[in-house]
Amino acid sequence: MSDITFIRAESVTTEPRLARGLLIGGTMALIAVLLFAPLIAVFAEALRQGWAASLDALASPDARSAIRLTLIVAAIAVPLNAVFGIAAAWAITKFDFRGKAFLITLIDLPFSVSPVVAGLALVLLFGAHSTMGAWLIANDLKIVFAFPGIVLATMFVTFPFVARELIPVMIEQGRAEEEVALTLGASGWRVFFTVTLPNIRWALLYGVLLCNARAMGEFGAVAVISGKIRGETTTMPIMIEMLYNEYLSVAAFSLAAVLALLALVTLTLKSLLEWRHADVLAATRRH
Amino acid sequence: MRASLLRSPSPLPGFGLSFGIMMAILSIVVLLPLSALLGRGLMIGPADLWDMVNSRRIWSALELSFRAALIASVFNLVFGIVLAWVLVRYRFWGRKLVDAAVDLPFALPTAVAGISLTALYAPNGVFGQALAPLGIKVAYTELGIWMALIFIGLPFVVRTVQPVIEELDREVEEVSATLGARRTYTLRRVVLPTLAPAALTGFALALARSVGEYGSVIFIAGNIPNLTEIAPLLIVIRLEEYNYDAAAAIGIAMLLISFAMLLAINLIQIWSRRRIGLV
Repeated sequence: MSDITFIRAESVTTEPRLARGLLIGGTMALIAVLLFAPLIAVFAEALRQGWAASLDALASPDARSAIRLTLIVAAIAVPLNAVFGIAAAWAITKFDFRGKAFLITLIDLPFSVSPVVAGLALVLLFGAHSTMGAWLIANDLKIVFAFPGIVLATMFVTFPFVARELIPVMIEQGRAEEEVALTLGASGWRVFFTVTLPNIRWALLYGVLLCNARAMGEFGAVAVISGKIRGETTTMPIMIEMLYNEYLSVAAFSLAAVLALLALVTLTLKSLLEWRHADVLAATRRH
Repeated sequence: MRASLLRSPSPLPGFGLSFGIMMAILSIVVLLPLSALLGRGLMIGPADLWDMVNSRRIWSALELSFRAALIASVFNLVFGIVLAWVLVRYRFWGRKLVDAAVDLPFALPTAVAGISLTALYAPNGVFGQALAPLGIKVAYTELGIWMALIFIGLPFVVRTVQPVIEELDREVEEVSATLGARRTYTLRRVVLPTLAPAALTGFALALARSVGEYGSVIFIAGNIPNLTEIAPLLIVIRLEEYNYDAAAAIGIAMLLISFAMLLAINLIQIWSRRRIGLV
């Protein structure tokens, strides 16, 4: 009896078999064309002249300096954004103060600003013709068309990633555990490292992962502020553009394939985190 | 002690330190640069700003950026809802792989996506050759810009709608069926309105992202002035000419139009939430 009602309930809350088949077939075909084809094309184009040509292109001084620069920029920008994310999440979720909603809007702001506009804004602030720029030149400091500018641009476009992951998780976890630890005599830092950090570590890792993927791949903002000085301010995406525009297709796609591999690693780690720690990350997905 | 007027007391330490770090980094990275942009606009003055933006080439670029972003985001809105539904409700081979792959556009650098899409859709590419006999040209036309923006905006709606579908109460659909509603009617009148606020959030995120998108578009667009030249590219061109005022004017125009659009979407969202009785 109960079996019968179950089957009936099931059949009225889903679509007819044919419709389901068509929907699955249709969406998967679109996914194949829209997502998988571009991914496969990167590797196919990179290996067009064989492995040797591809590896040679990656061993060239230009490619190597681009890879090095991208790694260094990410190694600075990502930890800084993690520190920002943790500080912002702590201030926002552990205390009540006025203007909190506005502050969260400001943190999210970089997501609705074009990377090119971000680069432009940084050039206007630190460029040679501005007050700040004149002072920087007088003190022999360079931000625009130099390494610090690339780091700032990268931080701008990846700004909300860590904070956005941490804030919902920390709101859900509340303040009680930290307050108990304080009552038991733990110092502030001890509370953070032994109570808060273990609670948020997976969400933190998740945010850092996404932040890193975007940081290594940022193009628009870096293109504007780096000045594209070959071998000096060319990150991997900028180098890809240069090689591509010089019709060095295999070299461009080889470098692109390295970034695509990195994207695949990011996706794998991200999926593992989502499957293993669904309980913690559920809070971030609901927002 | 002034802080105590603005915030309620808490036994937890570290407010000053965490708030300080947050405001310092927020100011240097985001607020000061954006103020510099807006300040530049104020210095130029509204009349001159208008003169600088008011040219055929800039209007075409702005119009193209917003039109292409809108078309791509509407596609992604519809496709995203259907895909999220298929991924949550149906069981089929390869589902988990596709579920993980939906985030590919977030992870794949835009420049990589740009050259790869161009390789596919160029006249000598795999898709380009297949479409040529049909008389369809994708690369170096506006269609190519749509394809690039569809690619980069694909995950947004899927990822906002998916958790809502997971939490949908199937009993509501049962009740609707018991009361005699056909499945399509239940989907349209019961399920879809519940998904609307989340779908709109995803749509707004995708739209904001696509309007400003640069890396994936410039390779496939062909960049012909008045035809396939997007607004961010025009900013880059002006900057390369060291014409900072003109670049700032276009940047400010883009900011203003984006914010107006996001505001409109927020209002629609509040309206749709009220209509289905949430909030």
